[in-house]
Amino acid sequence: MNRQIARLALVGVGLLTALIVGTTYWQTWASAGLADRQDNEIQRVAQFSVRRGLIRASDGTILAANRIKKVGGQKLYLRHYPQGSLFAHLVGYSTQSRSRAGLESSLNDYLTGSNANLSTVLKTTLDKIRGATIKGNDVWLTVKPGAQRVAMQQLAGKCGSVVAIDPRTGRLLVMASRPTYDPNLVEGKFARINNIRAVCRPAAPLLNRATDGLYTPGSTFKVVTSAAALDSGRYTIDSRFVDKGYCIEYGKQVQNFGDQSGPESFGSVDFLQALEHSINAVFCEIGKTIGAARILGTSKQFGFYKDPPLETPGNERSPSGLYKNGELYYPSDAASQVDPGRLAFGQERMLTTPEQMAMVAAAVANKGVIMEPHAVDRVVSPTGGIVTRTKPRKYRRAMTTHAADDLTRMMEAVVTGGTGTAAQIPGVRVAGKTGTAEIGAGGRGSANTTWFIAFAPVGAPTIAIAVVLQDQTGSGGTTAAPIAKAVMQALLAGGSNP
Amino acid sequence: MSLRNRELANLVVVGALTALGFASVYIARQDVVSTSSLSYALFFFALYLAAHLVARVTVPSADPYLLPMAALLTAIGLTEIYRLNPSDAFRQGLWIVVALGAFAATLFLLRFDYRRLESYKYLFGMTAIGLLVLPALPGLGTSVNGARLWVHVGSLQFQPGELAKVFLIVFLAGYLREKREVLAQGRLKDFGPLLLIWGGAMLVLIETNDLGSALLYFGIFLGMLYVATGRALFVAIGAGLFLAGAFGVYHFVGHVRDRVTIWLHPWTDHAVYCPINGKLLPRQDCASYQLVKSLYSVGHGGWFGTGLGKGTFRTTGGGQLIPFLNTDFIYSALAQELGLVGVSALLLVYMLFVARGFKIAMLSEDGFSKLLAVGLTFAFALQTFIIVGGILRLIPLTGITLPFISYGGSSVVANFVLLAGLLLVSNRANAERRA
Repeated sequence: MNRQIARLALVGVGLLTALIVGTTYWQTWASAGLADRQDNEIQRVAQFSVRRGLIRASDGTILAANRIKKVGGQKLYLRHYPQGSLFAHLVGYSTQSRSRAGLESSLNDYLTGSNANLSTVLKTTLDKIRGATIKGNDVWLTVKPGAQRVAMQQLAGKCGSVVAIDPRTGRLLVMASRPTYDPNLVEGKFARINNIRAVCRPAAPLLNRATDGLYTPGSTFKVVTSAAALDSGRYTIDSRFVDKGYCIEYGKQVQNFGDQSGPESFGSVDFLQALEHSINAVFCEIGKTIGAARILGTSKQFGFYKDPPLETPGNERSPSGLYKNGELYYPSDAASQVDPGRLAFGQERMLTTPEQMAMVAAAVANKGVIMEPHAVDRVVSPTGGIVTRTKPRKYRRAMTTHAADDLTRMMEAVVTGGTGTAAQIPGVRVAGKTGTAEIGAGGRGSANTTWFIAFAPVGAPTIAIAVVLQDQTGSGGTTAAPIAKAVMQALLAGGSNP
Repeated sequence: MSLRNRELANLVVVGALTALGFASVYIARQDVVSTSSLSYALFFFALYLAAHLVARVTVPSADPYLLPMAALLTAIGLTEIYRLNPSDAFRQGLWIVVALGAFAATLFLLRFDYRRLESYKYLFGMTAIGLLVLPALPGLGTSVNGARLWVHVGSLQFQPGELAKVFLIVFLAGYLREKREVLAQGRLKDFGPLLLIWGGAMLVLIETNDLGSALLYFGIFLGMLYVATGRALFVAIGAGLFLAGAFGVYHFVGHVRDRVTIWLHPWTDHAVYCPINGKLLPRQDCASYQLVKSLYSVGHGGWFGTGLGKGTFRTTGGGQLIPFLNTDFIYSALAQELGLVGVSALLLVYMLFVARGFKIAMLSEDGFSKLLAVGLTFAFALQTFIIVGGILRLIPLTGITLPFISYGGSSVVANFVLLAGLLLVSNRANAERRA
């Protein structure tokens, strides 16, 4: 019988060996795959045992803090957002039930100390071996809570967004979006966020309108058209036009309207006056002359057709550009497929994000060069050392210095005597451009998307700003310009050190 | 060193390891766990010292490694149960006392000659079936997780199937010893009583949905039949019948079909019908929930594990992440906290235990002893494989306890009786060799 016993023993030991092999498979080979699965709650909960780094505004205000909770004797670091909805869209949230959003998501590696910097790796590995709590790195942002608060107050009861950047460095100063939500409610009380109502439909409180909201730019796009026209060599700031009050396109009249100020037709005007009074007929003619391809080409130099740069997750940012059926549209032959006249004054399926339009203002302010927008100033290790610091970086040149100088003059005229007088700040030279896009005309009465983009102080600009409002009855000059003014005043008063 | 002194030395090592285990849980979970936890280790050591003394008196020549290995496994189990739920550990501690009582009783009762059990083989066979039927009786049995395996007497509940396993092995050893020559000729009529009792057991198990035990009993039967007759053909026929039966069961019993589907496709990208609540959900959120969560636990352990007491088993809200963690899925808890290095060592202990068991079978002189030792050992190995293999998706998952480690009184008692049986056989074999 012993031979059979020996064979059966082999079977028994073989079965147990198979278990070791199986365990090895799941704990080494398949382990990473399991960790990445969406429904792996262990992985999500385990992340909370890391003491997540704080997120702070430029003045040190804590935007994301930790709340220690003991679950079955295990210390968990749950997130708490002391400023509530103030920076909800930029900072985002980190929860168990709905994972993460905003900077909490894209900076997760830094915040949990799992970034690949040598010093961090060394420290977390030591902590792991010692069984100590792993501490994440703190993130300091560039944003200004005071001005942000003003922006949020100005937007109260409305749907819209304010984005302000420092044109010299690309530092993000303000990023406000309404309707907003309280990130402290995401875990557990999410239904209350879902139930938020607003004047616009859908309310979409989780949407970061600043980087992910797409709006018809209307006349603010004339800044891009002007840059294209000035750099084409066919126009100068003194070029003269005759405004007939309409423009003929494809044999049809396109009337002057929108947020144009003054009479139905201005007669003989120069380029500066055309922008000052936002005369559609003139820009329509310019568009027809220089062509849609050139305008689109210039817009790409401004960053259109690319996600606006920022540290937030890519899926929370959308590229500006022509859209067709909800998708970014790349015309194969712009000359025949795109209406140049309507494109020139920001209609014709053109959709932009507020951040992109702030970049347009910043380009003019910074002599044609766009600095890469960024919200993270520095990442600081738990012991106080600098893990990484963002250096100002040139994003791209949008236009020549000469064109930028001309456009500065033209945009300043908008504020001193044109459509944007509501943005005047005593003692500060402001340059800007209004926009009023009639969206629901005919359908829901007058539902305008109104804009104001600006920079100040002219001469040595420290702020470039874009304001957008949805579902307005007024024009950009009356609705958006006062908001831009208030936010710029707050920023100027608070000092705007680079 | 004498065999028993060697056993004592091993137990001292196990005692030290136990103290270390409890200490590390204590350090990791000071907020929940009190210093009195350390007294568990002391209590535990005293208990095994008592067991050792019983062995000294009753089975002086028995294998000196089995008891320490069993002690080590129960200690690991108790530590992990303690870490998961201290009050469960207290109850498990009581059950270990009962189990060691049963262990001592078995050794004392059979210390002169366990072979007289052979004459009561039919009684053992019938009792085994009786025990298996118990949970199916109305008023007595309770259904847990779709399987009726439990018997309630007052507040006490136990799983008679665990003990039935040992009884059935005694029956098989006795019957096969007596009939092995005739059986080897392959005449069907000689198989009569065997198929009757064994078939009855299988029927009851399938009726009560205890698929894990059904698989276990089938394996034990084939293994012992092979050792007794030396006919691989029987194993082949048996395996063929099993596959045919499994195929039939697969098509006619929804419960079995579900298990197989879960095994093959635990994750779905799209929503499928969820039989639990009637909604459409991805399978990982419904039928294969347990398996998937337990795999996540294993995967999270990685090479070295999170450390005892530092694993993640609860949501941030405090809810359980993995159901049945301290019974069926205790292996996934251990895998997370001890890591590959730790649980591989654990599986090596199981392997050593099995190797010692087979060695005892080979050393014994008579057929009954050999078959008994083989049956007990193979049952132990197979049971470990069925539950851990199920967790690791090597085979479909069927709920069954992990010997010596899982929380559960009947399992611990049955396994200590099994251990007593092996020690008895070993004692006799070694004594005869020396004589």
